[in-house]
Amino acid sequence: MTVWHAILLASIAVFALKLAGYLVPPSLLERPTPARVANLLTVALLAALTATQTLETAGGIVLDARVPAIVLAAVLYALRVPFIVVVIGAAALAALIRLLGWMP
Amino acid sequence: MTEAAPPARSSSDATGAAVRAALSVGIAVSAYGISFGALAVASGLDVWQACVLSLFMFSGGSQFALVGVIASGGAAAGPAAIASATLLGIRNGLYSMRMSPVVGGPWWRRLLAAQWTIDESTAVASAQPTRRGQRVGFWVTGAVIYVGWNLTTLLGAILGDLVGDVRQYGLDAAAAAAFLGLLWPRLTSRQPVAVAAAAAVIAAVLVPVLPAGLPVLVAAVVAIVVGITNVFGRRTA
Repeated sequence: MTVWHAILLASIAVFALKLAGYLVPPSLLERPTPARVANLLTVALLAALTATQTLETAGGIVLDARVPAIVLAAVLYALRVPFIVVVIGAAALAALIRLLGWMP
Repeated sequence: MTEAAPPARSSSDATGAAVRAALSVGIAVSAYGISFGALAVASGLDVWQACVLSLFMFSGGSQFALVGVIASGGAAAGPAAIASATLLGIRNGLYSMRMSPVVGGPWWRRLLAAQWTIDESTAVASAQPTRRGQRVGFWVTGAVIYVGWNLTTLLGAILGDLVGDVRQYGLDAAAAAAFLGLLWPRLTSRQPVAVAAAAAVIAAVLVPVLPAGLPVLVAAVVAIVVGITNVFGRRTA
């Protein structure tokens, strides 16, 4: 599988899910369990991706400059700072820590 | 809420309010495309691949997930990348069900609406008190974000290409912060907070054990178990 295959197959799958909602009867939405599972699925995947993106290194986990950066991001989100500012702030902190040689 | 408003004026007021909401949300969200484009290139995609994702997939969470898994495992992690992006896309199907009566009309209109059914267009439409306002809110938000997101993806991808060394500029930390930003507004009660904490721990523990991409998918099982049993949840009457 190439990266192009992954991009095209995933794009088709994501569009098919969007389209499917317009084709099924709306009564499915009234049942609470499918809606709750779908919402929690989003939460679990985003939390897991946050964790792996912060800690993962080739085949293992490591505590590096990404950890203080994600802590800063959490504080800024809690203070309702806009997304794009937080993302730039986290990148800048990680870059600064590496420039000063405090953490890899 | 709106019962006291005179009906003759409330229609155009509601449309104006929907357009204003759509523009403010749409323009703000479009700016995230820069971070997506830069991170996609930093993850090993080329500029074209980043742009194709924004044109055809057009769902921020799924796009970030796909490039995040590719970044950790390369093309070999393709199946896990597809699975992560697809699972994150399930919520769009729920939004489509909610938007179906708002969009209405012939099949080709639903086909176009499907591509623009995302978190923001659904949120803006759902917040409008009248059906006409909902319709205007959905289409204007979808159109503004589709154009803006694709333009800023291209810009971000070109910038990311110029940057070169990803870690030196902290772009790996930016990716983590982006996921946290997508997660943050969903942590509204005990149940999602518990699921997020458990999923993060499970994924981190499994990283040294499983191939790239799979820890994220295993962590998603937490959502299915908690969602079906409804532990930590409110009792619904």
